[in-house]
Amino acid sequence: MRGQATRMQKIALPLGFGLLVVLLWEAMVRGLDIPLAILPAPSEIADRFAASTGTLWIDFVQTVIKGALTGMLIGTLTGFAVALLIDRSDFLRRGLLPVASFMAALPIVGVAPIMVMWFGFDWHSKAAVVAVMVFFPMLVNTLAGLGATDLMQRDLMRTYSATHVQSLIKLRLPAAMPFIFNGLKIATTLALIGAIVAEYFGSPTRGMGFRISTEVGRLGIDMVWAEIVVSAISGTVLYGLVALVERWVTFWHPSQR
Amino acid sequence: MSQDTVISAKNLSLTFQTNDGPVNALKDVSLDINRGEFVSFIGPSGCGKTTFLRVMADLEKPTAGKVTVNGVSPEEARKNRAYGYVFQAAGLYPWRTIGGNIRLPLEIMGYDKAAQAERVKQVLELVELAGFEKKYPWQLSGGMQQRASIARALAFDADILLMDEPFGALDEIVRDHLNEQLLALWKKTNKTIGFVTHSIPEAVFLSTKIVVMSPRPGRISDVIDSPLPAERPLDIRDTKEFIELSHRVREGLRAGHEAE
Amino acid sequence: MRRNIGPILVVVLAIIAIWYAGSFAMNRAWTMDQAARAGTEPSFSEVFRDTMNQDRAVLPAPHQVAAELYDGIIDKKVTSKRSLVYHGYITFQATMAGFALGIVGGVALAVIIVLSRAMDLTLMPWAIISQTIPVVALAPMIVVLSNALGADSLMVPKAIIAGYLSFFPVLVSMVAGLRSPDAMQLDLLRTYGATKGQVFWKLRLPASMPYFFASLKIAVAASLVGAIVGELPTGAIAGLGARMLIGSQFGEPMIMWSALFAAALLAALLIWVVTWVERLAGRLMGVQA
Repeated sequence: MRGQATRMQKIALPLGFGLLVVLLWEAMVRGLDIPLAILPAPSEIADRFAASTGTLWIDFVQTVIKGALTGMLIGTLTGFAVALLIDRSDFLRRGLLPVASFMAALPIVGVAPIMVMWFGFDWHSKAAVVAVMVFFPMLVNTLAGLGATDLMQRDLMRTYSATHVQSLIKLRLPAAMPFIFNGLKIATTLALIGAIVAEYFGSPTRGMGFRISTEVGRLGIDMVWAEIVVSAISGTVLYGLVALVERWVTFWHPSQR
Repeated sequence: MSQDTVISAKNLSLTFQTNDGPVNALKDVSLDINRGEFVSFIGPSGCGKTTFLRVMADLEKPTAGKVTVNGVSPEEARKNRAYGYVFQAAGLYPWRTIGGNIRLPLEIMGYDKAAQAERVKQVLELVELAGFEKKYPWQLSGGMQQRASIARALAFDADILLMDEPFGALDEIVRDHLNEQLLALWKKTNKTIGFVTHSIPEAVFLSTKIVVMSPRPGRISDVIDSPLPAERPLDIRDTKEFIELSHRVREGLRAGHEAE
Repeated sequence: MRRNIGPILVVVLAIIAIWYAGSFAMNRAWTMDQAARAGTEPSFSEVFRDTMNQDRAVLPAPHQVAAELYDGIIDKKVTSKRSLVYHGYITFQATMAGFALGIVGGVALAVIIVLSRAMDLTLMPWAIISQTIPVVALAPMIVVLSNALGADSLMVPKAIIAGYLSFFPVLVSMVAGLRSPDAMQLDLLRTYGATKGQVFWKLRLPASMPYFFASLKIAVAASLVGAIVGELPTGAIAGLGARMLIGSQFGEPMIMWSALFAAALLAALLIWVVTWVERLAGRLMGVQA
């Protein structure tokens, strides 16, 4: 298959593969008579999902909307704002960028128990964990993006004797957008992990992490899988939304056209 | 320095500190450029021609000597937006349309909306890009992109146009065409043009004054006032005067080279 | 790097100063409370000294965390259940197993994807989707399934979770690396009449190596996150993640903080080693530093 793939192929192939996996799964569970407590069949998961939409919705709101999205909003906005502030000072940039890059590589999920201790069991502690986790990737990516313009483009701004703010808005921020969206994409995948992890350290009697750990305890494995389905859909939709906005904002970038 | 002098350099020197010791990019360079002149700077790489242009534009600071642009320091001239600058590459912003790119300096300099639209239309016609206003740079050929970048430098009221090897990356046929267009444009706008190139035919074809430079240290080895008529069709390059002038420039370049 | 040392030092010192200030501010309430209950009115220096040395501080001061780390790493016998070296080693093992799994899986998938356009279209979207699914949600199921399949230690599910997070950076970099040869380089081999296999071994694979090594740093960091996260919902009692859980359940902030910093130290160590391997490999392959 050389050349451009058709739109059909782009959709049909992965979709077909997904369906095949689900069918094989169903056939395997039925054929081998695998007990529900080990691996439920997709049809059983679907039944459980349909029967528990109320609970799943409550957990979704608690974990995804209140925990992950609030935290992501706080963390990415703070990371972006701090990057803009640091960018004004060469000294700070040289000092903070290596430190922030280092921090971004550390297992920051580990702050989860501390945040739960500080902010309590409800969603505030979850949002705090997420905010801390997404802050560093966002900071590092924004700073890298702001430094991504080449010398010639900055010289051009100088010949216009543009102010700092003018060259920021007209040149450096647009040029930084691909980097900023890279940071946002990393943030979306971290956000759900952070929000769920924090629930393992204590939560009210709702939330996806809470439900998963209690249902595992009472062998409600089909419910666990229903929660996994919700988390998978949330994660994919969240990522897809960011990718969609990215496409719209950075339409000019070689990777998008 | 006469009343007509637009750019004046006196005993200009510029030394870069590099890891291999200091490099004399410019040494003791003096030159006057008058209003309406088309001045080419030609020489091998490392002769300081680009550096000289960048000093005029306040993109580099000289280590010694004095430059004035429109009678004031380059920095002041830059803040007065006295010149348009065209780089080696078009450097258009990929997220802006061609029209948007030309509007960029106008937005920064605070022209009102109506004036912006008016000027964009005007300069697009000047560089023969009318109708491409809504296209994005990456949808255009290299030659068209470079024409758009010239339009961007022409859009605002600056009497001086500084061009740093603007056609260096283009093929010869496109280059010939753009040279012709540039001459027509210069005649129409009466701007003073400083033009860096490493092509002898280009320098001879375009200029009223050719500044031959040589490297290590970067200095001026010859200044030639062109005897060619103001009217210059492309086939002027086959005339005896043109060939003689080319010869003289080549001799100047060679002398500078042998002096090393 | 060297010219950045000054600014980095200033930033690190500033962080420590802010941390001390934070410790004072956040621990002060408890000190004042105790004093009020005892009916005394402590002077500022007494309050300050107390906030710096509480056993269950809201925010332990840096020197307390450092002392706890020293105690856990150096003073405790390595075999002790309270030794951070012991717990770090458990997590390290799972990290390495997951890292190896991630490398093998990532490289294999990348090769398949680069060699077959159909596989590219089929698998790449799922590889991306796999990363948008929070692995922590899947973690308990991975434990249940690997138990059912006969794995009796927690090492297997932890390694799978770590591998799940670390294969992706390797995959993305390897795909980019295997595709990095340009048309001219490919055409040259075509003029030699090279087979698809020869193109792969002589051109694509060598060209992908810098990409491969560059991805390892991210992969090892991701693997460590996976190993720690894998200890949380799986009922582990050993490992740095398990220490965090225990500290949280027993309300012992010092255990959480020392586990957090031990994990950070382990991450730094792993990244340092991988960077060193990357440089070494680069030098052996003649890459300019």
